[in-house]
Amino acid sequence: MKEMTCIVCPNGCSLKVEKKDGVWEVSGNQCKRGEAFAVEEMTHPMRTICSTVRTIFAGVPVIPVRVSAEIPKERIFDVMNQINQVTVDRICGTGEPVIENVLGLGVDVIVTSDILKGYENAESVS
Amino acid sequence: MKTYDVIVIGGGPAGLAAAVSADKKGASVFLIEREARLGGILKQCIHDGFGLIRFGEKLSGPEYVERFIKEFREREIDHSLLTFVTEMKRTDGGFVLKAVNRRGVQEYCAKALVLATGCRERTAKQVQIHGTRPAGIMTAGTAQHFVNLQGKMPAGKCVILGSGDIGLIMARRLTLEGAEVLGVYEVKPTPSGLTRNIVQCLDDYGIPLHLSHTVTRVFGEQRLTAVEVAEVDSNMKPVEATKKRVACDSLILSVGLIPENEMAEKLGVRLDARTKGPVCDNRFMTETEGVFSCGNALHVNDLVDYVSESGELAGAAAAEFTRRGADTVTKQGKNSRAVSVELKPDTSLQYLVPQKLTLSDELKQVVFYFRSREVLSAGTLVFLLNGKEIFHKKYRNLKPPEMERLELDLSTFKIEKDSRIEIAIRKEGDI
Repeated sequence: MKEMTCIVCPNGCSLKVEKKDGVWEVSGNQCKRGEAFAVEEMTHPMRTICSTVRTIFAGVPVIPVRVSAEIPKERIFDVMNQINQVTVDRICGTGEPVIENVLGLGVDVIVTSDILKGYENAESVS
Repeated sequence: MKTYDVIVIGGGPAGLAAAVSADKKGASVFLIEREARLGGILKQCIHDGFGLIRFGEKLSGPEYVERFIKEFREREIDHSLLTFVTEMKRTDGGFVLKAVNRRGVQEYCAKALVLATGCRERTAKQVQIHGTRPAGIMTAGTAQHFVNLQGKMPAGKCVILGSGDIGLIMARRLTLEGAEVLGVYEVKPTPSGLTRNIVQCLDDYGIPLHLSHTVTRVFGEQRLTAVEVAEVDSNMKPVEATKKRVACDSLILSVGLIPENEMAEKLGVRLDARTKGPVCDNRFMTETEGVFSCGNALHVNDLVDYVSESGELAGAAAAEFTRRGADTVTKQGKNSRAVSVELKPDTSLQYLVPQKLTLSDELKQVVFYFRSREVLSAGTLVFLLNGKEIFHKKYRNLKPPEMERLELDLSTFKIEKDSRIEIAIRKEGDI
């Protein structure tokens, strides 16, 4: 049996997971997502990562990005390596990919801020 | 001098929510932000997990707050960036504010104020670390600003003191960017941050967490070269025999957040020693009539969803106050005060917000935020009115770092000005 803390939501349930007759049994979870998390954690742990990518724009040296869906935990540093090779040279905003299908994992690396779109300029001094 | 119904101070998640909700209630609103951009601390919180409660999505900080900024802009709410409030005074009809910006000293007038000034990090001096003053000692928020906004790496080999959430988040962030995080040292026997952050920020990356340990000394002339760490005894005193030196170039502090209330104190607002924020009532109004408080200025939250919620409630209440305030003044004289009852949480709670109920209010949907003082696998929160139980709710896994929210209908109870309302958390097994 393995004990773990669920990281799906802030409740942070204490889970117990055990394989009985070839079937994973989960207890301690307050929702279905907790059960899925525990099984996934035992079979193929997945994580999201968030980082930044460089830009060519003065005043905004980096913009935030994240993966559009979870990636295998053991590929985190491979994906980070890809992210660190990107330099954004065009105006892009939230949801737009800077890397499509990163390392063939079926997820994109997407921008998570509209900071470059300029509607965030420090224009108003009234 | 420009006059508004409501002036909101602070353009982070609490202030934005307050401004939007006061605007929706028909008040004329003005928001003052000292930085060049709206969004507050969320601008640099690029990790995900924001908005799970409000949007059912795991958003990054910028994604979360930009939704509010968009709404704020669509409503064309008047505001001023790069503007710093220097003075606040009460007048007959409300408040006069002085602020400085690029155009000089400005004066604004408002009937109500919403203080959404957030919180700030405790620094090295406040935790009494001895030694030299080399570069490389910074708060987790400063490290976060360097990495996430400036794209600069402030650390190569680092030690983190304190297990607050920002420290945990930065342990992961710095590791992802190639730094070596040697360990997180926490003076208390239990972690300060959320359990899920211990798991996904430390355990996932094999970063050790040393509970009941602290940093006792720093070394280095120009740049930090090492820190001295030690185990602490049950009185949190470092144990001499356990002292050892850890070579590192950075010490990152995540040793607590303190609500920022200098502005509130200028107005004579009474603060709660437990939350370090203003004492407020069910409308999030402080004891200084017309002054409202929300977000991390009111009490330090662990989830932004509740920061936004308290902002919305405070903003709506401030708008309502400016409408009602006028007839209160004419009917009852301007010094009249609504009757309120103080809530009395016992020592099983670290704190309870709001701290008071204003009895002239309907009290139909009163939102409470509280923290347990102890880690409890099971506990029951109980409200007692004059010694009689009027409400209880069972909880699983109560932990001091994890704030609980509760909405209660208190309108059906006979609460009077000399009523005694006590709140306690009973451990499972207690009656």
